[in-house]
Amino acid sequence: MSESADSPEASAEDNRRSFLARLSVIVSSVIGAAITLPGIGFVLAPVFKREPGKWQRLGKVDSYDVGKTVSVEFKNASVREWAGVTALTGAWLRRVSQEEFIAFSINCRHLGCPVNWIEDASLFMCPCHGGVYYSDGDVAAGPPPEPLARYQVRVRKGFVEIETSPVPLTTNDQV
Amino acid sequence: MMIAQIWKWIDDRSGYSDVVKPMLEHIVPSDARWWYVFGSATLCAFIVQVLSGIALAMVYVPGGDAAYESLKYITNDATMGYMVRGMHYYGATAMVMLAVIHMTQVFLHASYKYPREMNWMSGVVLLFVVLGMAFTGQLLRWDANGVWSVMVASEMAGRVPFIGAYIAHFLLGGETVGGSTLSRFFAIHVFILPGLIFAGIGLHMWLILRHGISEMPKVDQPVDPETYKEKYEARLEKTGVPFWPVAMWRDVLFSAAMVAVILFCSLFLGPPTLGPPPDPAYIHANPMPDWYFWWYFAVLSMLPPELETYVILGMPVLGLVILFILPLLSNRGHRVPSKRPWAVGTVIFGATAFVVLTIYGYRKPWSPDFAVKPLPANLVNSNDPHIQKGAQLVHDKGCLYCHNIDGHGGFRGPVLTYIGDRLDRGELVIRITNGGYNMPSFAASLSAEEMQEIVDFLLTRTEPKPVDAK
Ligand code: FES
Repeated sequence: MSESADSPEASAEDNRRSFLARLSVIVSSVIGAAITLPGIGFVLAPVFKREPGKWQRLGKVDSYDVGKTVSVEFKNASVREWAGVTALTGAWLRRVSQEEFIAFSINCRHLGCPVNWIEDASLFMCPCHGGVYYSDGDVAAGPPPEPLARYQVRVRKGFVEIETSPVPLTTNDQV
Repeated sequence: MMIAQIWKWIDDRSGYSDVVKPMLEHIVPSDARWWYVFGSATLCAFIVQVLSGIALAMVYVPGGDAAYESLKYITNDATMGYMVRGMHYYGATAMVMLAVIHMTQVFLHASYKYPREMNWMSGVVLLFVVLGMAFTGQLLRWDANGVWSVMVASEMAGRVPFIGAYIAHFLLGGETVGGSTLSRFFAIHVFILPGLIFAGIGLHMWLILRHGISEMPKVDQPVDPETYKEKYEARLEKTGVPFWPVAMWRDVLFSAAMVAVILFCSLFLGPPTLGPPPDPAYIHANPMPDWYFWWYFAVLSMLPPELETYVILGMPVLGLVILFILPLLSNRGHRVPSKRPWAVGTVIFGATAFVVLTIYGYRKPWSPDFAVKPLPANLVNSNDPHIQKGAQLVHDKGCLYCHNIDGHGGFRGPVLTYIGDRLDRGELVIRITNGGYNMPSFAASLSAEEMQEIVDFLLTRTEPKPVDAK
């Protein structure tokens, strides 16, 4: 097209090229953003959403013996229709006195494995790495850094109720 | 005639003779013998995974409420379902193992040095993606074990400073393991990671073509980036052989043997048994990852709590970074193992640690043995009801979960077989009452009488004295 590099046609052509290059890069970025952002927002949404705790009914007060620790299950706070059996969460519930109940999370504070209540020894034991807790949830042995998490429990109209909350990640202080 | 013409058309339009054939016939060093078959076998294992995975995906339902049932159907009822699941499982095992062996071989022979740094780096990324596949695949099994493993993983992720909770919630697709978690892991396992693997393999293979495969290391051929390429080319010219078919037959034979092993295992050993369904309220689960992660599980149980977070988070990241930048740290010099004692030492140390920790992880000696039975009467060996009661209490109070007596019980705490020789009454009472490092205090959960019974029983645990023959 042009004879020599510094002719006016050449620099016009250069300008045109760099304009087109820039145009293409910008428009491509817009396309990229337009097709990825909605998806990213969609995928990240659960990260920022907090389910409020809900009070859920367990059994009748009388169905629990004073001094006994039993496992109970209830629907967790953030249920999806299709969660199936995984919609359930467990807890250890103890009737301390006539009116008083306490509930422990079943998740070990080490890495979240399900702790077992050993009635005779009055200990919670974790099957994963040997974490052991006393009956009040304090660490007795092994790697767990913190006592077992607790749920809020109350008695309403003759029923025990538990406040569901998100799965107690060890880092999750909302429990 | 007709066929020849059709072929000619295909060949011309596709560029088979112009492009593909020369690639297949590229010249490789003739000493590339059996040492070099592991890379291609890893690729072959990946193909097994893709094919069996696609087959499984046609029946599997990635939904929290149905996944477990669909897997049961695949395993028990679907035609050949048992075998396909088995192939996918043993294929995964093969892929992880072969990738590690391949990498060890490349490391031992220092093939990562100039000009193949990027080959190694792409391989390291591939390895981590493959481990990610292995991990996400375990959740798709959607039995109690798989679900708890994810719980454990998100707990680990949750320990990342500042953003830990976000990462955990991202993994879980919410605040708890449930339907959304499975869909997420399914998408990662069948779309994202395989996409990365395809891309990674493409790059890896392109780099092989670009730089040629390395020769067996020789003492008189240290790598010097200034002269390496010319010398390599010159040697290839003299002694090289075309990859197809002169070098490739070994790869094919080895891959065939590997596929045979996969088929054999899936036919005769079958897929891994499905655990109980994934009920987070089912507290008797005993979460265990697949065997290639056992060593890590063992490490986690042995760490002092203060170090734990650093190791959980630091080890994988540090491992990835060190491996990734290895060829940048040393890309010249000797390649022969005999001149690189540190490299050989690293491999020996790594392999030993892996084996030892894996065995340790499998035996789970750190964890309470919930299944332990009361001590048999002949072991208690006493007619005294007081002593018998003590033996019973040693079981009931959970002592045996962690302590072993004559082969009964766990291994978390010291063996008590001859405890009567080592400690006297006072010492025993103090230990049991106060507890200690890794031993709970039983002050609150034993009555004075029970304490007495337990201690009396323990004092009978002494080494039998040699009887005099007189
Ligand atoms: S998860 Fe309980 S001790 Fe590790």
